[in-house]
Amino acid sequence: MTEDLFESYKNELPAKLISDLKKEISKHKLSSKQIKEIVEKTKKEFEEAKINSGEAIGIITAESFGEPSTQMTLNVFHFAGVAEVNVTLGLPRLIEIFDARKLPSTPSMEIYLKKPYNKDNKKVRKIANQIKETTLKEVVSEFTTNLLKSQVEITFEKEKMRDIGITPKSLITILETSLKGTIVKEKGSTLILKPKTKDYKLNDLYKLKEKAKDVFISGVKKITHVLPVKTDSEYMILCAGSNLKEVLKLDEIDTTRTVTNDLFETQSVLGIEAARQAIITEAQKVIEEQGLNVNIRHIMTVADVMTSRGVIKGITRSGISGEKSSVLARASFETPMKHLVNASLTGEVDYLNSIIENIMLNQPVPIGTGLPDLVAKMKIAKAKK
Amino acid sequence: MEYVYKKVHSITFGLLSPKDIKKMSSAKIVTPELYDKEGYPVDGGLMDIRLGVIDPGLRCKVCGGKLKECTGHFGYIELARPVVHINYAKVILAFLRSTCRECSRLLIPQEKIDEYHQELERLIVKNKLNAWKKKVKEIIEAVKNTKKCPHCEAKQIKVVIDKPTTFLEDDKRLSPIEIRTRFEKIPDVDVELFGLHKDMARPEWMILNILLIPPVTMRPSITLETGERSEDDLTHKLGDIVRINQRLFENINAGAPEIIIEDLWDLLQYHITTYFDNTSTQIPPARHRGGQTLKTLSERIKSKEGRFRHNLAGKRVNFSARTVISPDPKIKFNEVGIPQSVALDLTIPERVTEWNIKLLKELMKRGPKVYPGANYVIRPDGKKKKITEETVEQLIEELECGFIVERHLRDGDVSIFNRQPSLHRMSIMCHKIRILPGRSFRLNPSVCNPYNADFDGDEMNLHIPQTEEARAEAEILMEVQTQMITPKNGLNVIGCVEDAVSGNYLLTKDLNLSREDATTLLLSIGITNIPDISENVTGKEVFSALLPNDFDFIGNSKGCGNSGNCKDCDQWKNKKCVDDSYVLIKKGKLLSGIIDKNTIGEDNGALIRALCANYSEDEAIGILGNIFRLGIATLLKVGFTTKLSDSDLPESIYLKIKELIKESERKVQKSIDLYKENKLDALPSKTLEETLEIKILEILNKVRNQVGEIISEIVSEDNPTIIMIKSGSAANILNLTQMAACVGQQALRGKRIEKGYSDRTLSLFKKKDLSPKARGFIENGYKNGLDPVEFFFGAMTGRDSLMDTALRTPKSGYLYRRLANALQDLKIEYDGTLRDAYKTIIQFGYGDDGLDVSKTENGVINVEKIVKNVMGGKHD
Repeated sequence: MTEDLFESYKNELPAKLISDLKKEISKHKLSSKQIKEIVEKTKKEFEEAKINSGEAIGIITAESFGEPSTQMTLNVFHFAGVAEVNVTLGLPRLIEIFDARKLPSTPSMEIYLKKPYNKDNKKVRKIANQIKETTLKEVVSEFTTNLLKSQVEITFEKEKMRDIGITPKSLITILETSLKGTIVKEKGSTLILKPKTKDYKLNDLYKLKEKAKDVFISGVKKITHVLPVKTDSEYMILCAGSNLKEVLKLDEIDTTRTVTNDLFETQSVLGIEAARQAIITEAQKVIEEQGLNVNIRHIMTVADVMTSRGVIKGITRSGISGEKSSVLARASFETPMKHLVNASLTGEVDYLNSIIENIMLNQPVPIGTGLPDLVAKMKIAKAKK
Repeated sequence: MEYVYKKVHSITFGLLSPKDIKKMSSAKIVTPELYDKEGYPVDGGLMDIRLGVIDPGLRCKVCGGKLKECTGHFGYIELARPVVHINYAKVILAFLRSTCRECSRLLIPQEKIDEYHQELERLIVKNKLNAWKKKVKEIIEAVKNTKKCPHCEAKQIKVVIDKPTTFLEDDKRLSPIEIRTRFEKIPDVDVELFGLHKDMARPEWMILNILLIPPVTMRPSITLETGERSEDDLTHKLGDIVRINQRLFENINAGAPEIIIEDLWDLLQYHITTYFDNTSTQIPPARHRGGQTLKTLSERIKSKEGRFRHNLAGKRVNFSARTVISPDPKIKFNEVGIPQSVALDLTIPERVTEWNIKLLKELMKRGPKVYPGANYVIRPDGKKKKITEETVEQLIEELECGFIVERHLRDGDVSIFNRQPSLHRMSIMCHKIRILPGRSFRLNPSVCNPYNADFDGDEMNLHIPQTEEARAEAEILMEVQTQMITPKNGLNVIGCVEDAVSGNYLLTKDLNLSREDATTLLLSIGITNIPDISENVTGKEVFSALLPNDFDFIGNSKGCGNSGNCKDCDQWKNKKCVDDSYVLIKKGKLLSGIIDKNTIGEDNGALIRALCANYSEDEAIGILGNIFRLGIATLLKVGFTTKLSDSDLPESIYLKIKELIKESERKVQKSIDLYKENKLDALPSKTLEETLEIKILEILNKVRNQVGEIISEIVSEDNPTIIMIKSGSAANILNLTQMAACVGQQALRGKRIEKGYSDRTLSLFKKKDLSPKARGFIENGYKNGLDPVEFFFGAMTGRDSLMDTALRTPKSGYLYRRLANALQDLKIEYDGTLRDAYKTIIQFGYGDDGLDVSKTENGVINVEKIVKNVMGGKHD
């Protein structure tokens, strides 16, 4: 009965509102007449709360960010909580998002795991270790250059090797492929690196040692730190550094929830709609963390403006503002000479469609109350002779 | 006043051809002299009166207009030798590189040219301007390195630019004459591939052989006190150009050696380059005699003080006033108190009709110096007459219907009030005028929040709209009551503040009044329809007298122990709210609950939002105003002050707190010891040092909270500071803790203080001392006083936060400017979609559901409220 009622309102009320209603109604014992009344009232309120045509919503959105951003802290890093990965927050992060910088100053990822893995602390730790980018020096306790035998000797830590799931054998193959022209041999708990060619200088041996230190042996590249964290119901992994494409390839990962804070990476891996969502969540994260309250509709507007062209465009002179069709609007923002010179060459025409041009010319702006035009039907009186 | 009833449809940009320049000019400039001996502008000089007039009394030779009537006319000078226009140097280079040096054709085979043409045409038709720009760039980029002309097979030589304006072909200098002749031969079809509009721009026009002289009105001279004339920077520069040009002419005619002509030519190029742009880095800027750089054309346009941002996007206005603001809780929210001295100068034009002619005549009689009077009379033919003692009689005589009288402001007039920085639309609101004694603008403290104003010396601006349309728009769209709910998040920005909150808290908590007192209280705030009340009334009943009879409301007070979640509240099961925080209003009667910040405060005043939702704006603000005044009147009656002894603690408690601090210091020491013995377990992905810091910080923050708890347990309910804290009108328990007992840990960048000397904060500590005291823990309270070290640490954090604010303001200001500029033309179309000025759809429905944030409650439709409403406020 109630279901039918809601079904009939499906096209008139947004889904969120209907589900809110259902939830609220289920809390109380109500007669169907009352329910009907509630839904009717909700519909009335919804209709009344709809936005007016001509509303200058762009300015309102800009104001809604501009005003609270004066209250944000400049403190770049976030240390709250006992253990968390440092991320840029506050005003610098907000600027970073709206600028659409190609690389965030602190790339990071939130990795969620699939069902059997996400409950067990040990398994999560193991996966985390496997994801982390590991170089040779991290599993090695000692590097020695043996000048006598002209070779580099490496003593590795078995425990750490086990943590990241690498056997000495696989290590040898990794080293052989990445250090070309080197013979790798195992000798007890040490590895021996020896250049293949006979004529080498001592200097080369030293170089080899340094090179060997930074050989990438396991994990996902660019992921520099991993941190398994317990949330309410499960374990997940926070990491510094971001490489969404590679991480999504892993079997244990819950691909539906794993996210990165790198907007352009999101765009190239998951597409523009995902990038839009990423802008919304990232901006919202900043605003909430600062204890501010900006409605999500404003964030959505900015995100939509930034992504409506199919690629992420920043709110900069080279992004949105620089691509406006009006010469005067562009010139009034930044680098006016450049825009005027180019406009004169191409013979650009400014049709004065937007706000700033009309302000410049002291004309009514086509927005809000300036939007409607009145057309009067006039009976042309015949001129009396 | 002359009105022009026309609208600009569009503006086309383009280059001026020499022909255009001659056509639009009204004078040819031939001499660098400006004035003759009598000080009269020289014919053919730069101040020629054919270019417009800047002296009163002179008439323009072209249009006959006087000063301010004639907007000026252009002139020109013929250059002896052509010169390069600096702003187009890059384009000239591109042309030189990609056209043939023999036949001037574009260095692409004919078939390709046709192909590109079609492609560009297609993009134009599709209106893809940005893609078109990109394609043009591509084409030019591709031609650059062609070695042989596909049309005439001539060998090409690479052209390089020796900045700023010299072009070299194999180290041989290309003179502008050569460049010009080459460019003249380029056919229109080829030019178009460069992205140039065939009618608006020809490449040879970028080499100037004729220079446009701007009108005199654009570069007025100023007369100094000594009677000496000081010319504008542009006139100076143009003088230089004319002088050199004349000399060049003479030398050419006299057949001077080539080298002298070359030198003069270069000098002419330099002057014309700096005339256009005096900031380019490759050439020394032209200077005044004093060494100050000249401000030439580019600098006039550019940057914040340039024409665009300073004069076009923002304009100066008349009928405005600015002065210091001060509070007046007795005036209404939508009123502004202005001093009489301001009212004497600001006027409202009122049209004379048969209904107001008598009044206006009276005002005129009083004249401009006596309030309320009038300053000017405007006759129907537009003549404006000042009312003076001599003219007043005659003007009154003449006054007829249809005249306009500019009368002084009076109570109830419409004004627009503003405080910078105008960060959101509530920074400019419409207030009704109220003439008050004094010399400052007065506003109700409740509207401080939207303006972000305080009274430590803030100044605000007042504007008086001059037309009926402007006044109507201001009243309907901008008046204070229409701005009560912010579109940022749908919460109210206007509410009761300070004493109004404390007053209502005290009144509705447990105040009992006699009938006489209650009536006096209500009458004192202007309530006249006092309901029947018994001999003894509660504060709740008094409060109810302000509410409309059909008003229902359910809410929670700030003091609710269960944060408004009545259903799961233990107390509710006993049908009794112990801290009286269940606010229930039925039929305009406050049945239970304390009124405080949660119901009538700023940002979160649920009651205010309910009022706004159920009643008209005017009614809502009226009721809110009454509540505000009731709060203050209550405090006046019961008496309220805060005092030093508010923060007094009993000796036993004081000792307890000291012991607590000692205890945590011991705990910290224990952790430090553990760390030194290397027994501390590091937290994941943290070093041992970081782990220790985190642990210490945790302990020290905990202790301050514990102290706070102890204090809030022992202080009495009627302690004024506690009343303010509990009602939410001012301060919080932390402030009291800091005053009474312990200021607590000073944090710098989220860490304890560690800067200063190496390994220590101050030289009186031992190196690597990690104890609380040595790292900025302040164990004393403000009242007992800090010791010097503690004071210093307190100053450190204080300075840090000052710096933060100072650095943040410009950053966030720039972010705001960029956002506003990018988003300004977004609007909701009639079909409900969100589009930009060029009708590109950004969202199909605004915010997915089409709701206006300012019409919702914190961004959502409050379903719970509707359900409760239908159930009739019953709690099940």
